[in-house]
Amino acid sequence: MMRTNYGLFVLAAVLLALPLLLPNTYYFDIANRMAINAIIVLGLNLLIGFAGQISLGHAGFFGIGAYASAVLTTHFSWPPIAALCAGAAGAALLAAAIAPPIFRLRGHYLAMATLGLGIVISIVLKNEAGYTGGPDGMSVPAMSAFGGEIFGERQWYWLFAGILLFSVWACQNLIDSPFGRALRALHGSEVASQVVGVNVARYKVTIFVLSAFFASIMGSLTAHYVGFITPDSAEFSHSIELVTMVVVGGMASVFGSVVGAVLLTALPQALTTFEGRETVAFGAILMLSMIFLPKGLVPTLAAKFGGRR
Amino acid sequence: MAVLEVSDLSKSFGGVLAVQNVSFSVEAGIVYSVIGPNGAGKTTLFNLITGIYRPNSGEIRLDGELVTGRAPHELARKGVARTFQNLQICMNMTAIENVMVGGHLSLDRNLIKGMLRFPSLRCADAVLRDRAAELMAYVGLHAYRDAEAGAMPYGALKRLEIARALAAQPRIIFLDEPAAGFNPTETVEIDGLVRKIADSGITVVLVEHDMKMVMNISDRILVLNYGKKLTEGAARDVRRDPAVIAAYLGKAA
Amino acid sequence: MFSQFLQFMFSGVTVGATYALAALGFTLIYNASNVINFAQGEFIMLGGMLTVFFLKTGLPMPVALALAVAIPAAVGVLVEKLAIEPAKGAEVVGLIIITIGASLVLRGVVQIWLGKGAAAFPAFSGDAPIAVGGAALAPQSLWVLGTTAVIVVALWLFFNRTLAGKAILATSFDPLAAQLVGINTQWVLLVSFALSAAIGAIGGILLTPITMTSYDVGIMLGLKGFVAAVVGGLGNGLGAVVGGLMVGIIEAMSAGYISSAYKDAVPFLLIFVVLFFLPRGLLGAKATERV
Repeated sequence: MMRTNYGLFVLAAVLLALPLLLPNTYYFDIANRMAINAIIVLGLNLLIGFAGQISLGHAGFFGIGAYASAVLTTHFSWPPIAALCAGAAGAALLAAAIAPPIFRLRGHYLAMATLGLGIVISIVLKNEAGYTGGPDGMSVPAMSAFGGEIFGERQWYWLFAGILLFSVWACQNLIDSPFGRALRALHGSEVASQVVGVNVARYKVTIFVLSAFFASIMGSLTAHYVGFITPDSAEFSHSIELVTMVVVGGMASVFGSVVGAVLLTALPQALTTFEGRETVAFGAILMLSMIFLPKGLVPTLAAKFGGRR
Repeated sequence: MAVLEVSDLSKSFGGVLAVQNVSFSVEAGIVYSVIGPNGAGKTTLFNLITGIYRPNSGEIRLDGELVTGRAPHELARKGVARTFQNLQICMNMTAIENVMVGGHLSLDRNLIKGMLRFPSLRCADAVLRDRAAELMAYVGLHAYRDAEAGAMPYGALKRLEIARALAAQPRIIFLDEPAAGFNPTETVEIDGLVRKIADSGITVVLVEHDMKMVMNISDRILVLNYGKKLTEGAARDVRRDPAVIAAYLGKAA
Repeated sequence: MFSQFLQFMFSGVTVGATYALAALGFTLIYNASNVINFAQGEFIMLGGMLTVFFLKTGLPMPVALALAVAIPAAVGVLVEKLAIEPAKGAEVVGLIIITIGASLVLRGVVQIWLGKGAAAFPAFSGDAPIAVGGAALAPQSLWVLGTTAVIVVALWLFFNRTLAGKAILATSFDPLAAQLVGINTQWVLLVSFALSAAIGAIGGILLTPITMTSYDVGIMLGLKGFVAAVVGGLGNGLGAVVGGLMVGIIEAMSAGYISSAYKDAVPFLLIFVVLFFLPRGLLGAKATERV
């Protein structure tokens, strides 16, 4: 028990210290993007790493949250918090509706169905230009809540850092809880977990909905943060980026999710010059990670340094 | 009243009649063995009763209640537990966590409470962990209490499955070849374990190939051949039945 | 009325044939290695892009075509050796991700080398459309359909009449047993990748005069080819062809009669419909897990 708390304290310390070290708002922006991705990936990892399922269309839920916030605040003058809740509810409902039939599928068929879901969402977002501004995207008003406005990379940093810390703590708790154990058992042997009373189908749906919820909320917040969104945020390539972060950081590892997100958010920054190279680099990282570090960075390192999970 | 009653159960897989019109009943607290040559339909029968397959026809009753076609997780709620012929251990978890999963239904499985680390959940978990450790000792796995499931030998894993099944505090437990792959010494130990479980009041239904163990331990025996019931009765009567001998050894003898 | 229907049918069957070729590629590799090769779309892209490139360097058409098929085949072998082989025994998720990585590498390399622009080359027998029942049929479409038919028949003959083909089929049913009877399963894997890449490349070449090519055509073509393979039943060759044609036709019909904006969504919606009723696709094998 003390071991996992140690990790959390380190993270808290880092998050508190970072603002003192970051030189300007550009770096705050990168830190913010890392935090955003980390939170989404935490949710996605619950699905992929711990429950052993797959989702190749998760960016779709991100897009739903982002556009719900954008459209409801811009065209219908909703308060941002309400729009965020609506987006999250919408994403959760969609996930809950589509999960039961999809999760009867296995392996490649399941992957294909999740991929299809993400693509259909992104196409809808692109086409309903009347609401969404089409492929060129639309602008989003600043986030305001409880009378105040969140403005500027530093203010957002504290929000994202807080959410990240909470999410890591919540995920750790979840993994150790009866629900989490059932989830991991489901991954280990579906039939064994069934015979001890785990309603496998319901658990898959629940975890899918939970991870969609994470993605949607972060989509909404990102929309307000950046002030602008495009349908690219729901694209297949974004879904793949998220899965890459899970895989490289470590499937079934809470801190792996954070590490994966941090590393792979930093990478495009290092390769801003030429897109082609970024694509090649991403692809190479995917391949090399899965071949040489099939368990991901954090679990492999943890095993080397003995025992910590 | 019998704790388990099977009437006229049938299952076919695309033309292969795996189980045909099998009927039998199991009284509470006894050790009931199902034997038969390979391919006789024993594991299929288990899978039908524990909800993994749906029968084509027939009825299954637990303490009089009709449970035909119910899903495995529902049957678990009714006190049914089982082990598998092909080990179904969660290699991604520790040994004790595997056993704790067995006690899944005894815990509050609420997602939100789990995420927020409610003290009541933590307490119940700690209690379950202690009980799991006791169960591991009960089945003879005391030495593996802190081990990873993936690091344990085959024999230990077979016992682990039994511990997991017991964690569910079942009324009736189905053991599918618990001594498969064991040498004579280990078989005797499993024999003792099964006896211990039956003595504690749990009804044991067993599939086994080791005849010595079966004869030693069973109160009643069901013999299957080609999916059909060949005979059923008290252990000593079944062993002398010429039809049973013929099925196992072939007619020419 | 009818001529419009016919028009949609022509374009549907044409693009459907390309999907069928992509789906066949997926099926070949899936059968040999249980891997879904997400890089399949890039082989299709390479066929068209390489032809354009070689024609620009002044090579005669037949040479350009030959290279544009041979090089992707070699790339296919490379992908097998560098991506699939080292990852033997990884989980489904892992293998999917590796091939996605390979596709990114291929696409990125082409993007760097040949740029992002779209290009095409002239149709094989001119552009003059043939009037059929009031609809216009591009001669290139006939090339697409004809070549696809030839390839399908050739593959059928290969797998059912030659020893080499039967060896590959045997490996797909049971790799261990195949090894035990002396089949070089390593070789089978390499041939499958090479063949599947070549077939994909041919599909890409044939389609280029109609739809143009660029560094990123592979994504959608590959994904839709995958949809076709899944809809038809993963691992079933006939299913791949049927699936491909079905996806192409339904897509064209929806675009024509309902909405062309949502054309790209149609194959993916089709996935949900088919898999909901037939979790293993139209002709896919029913699988039971032994416990």
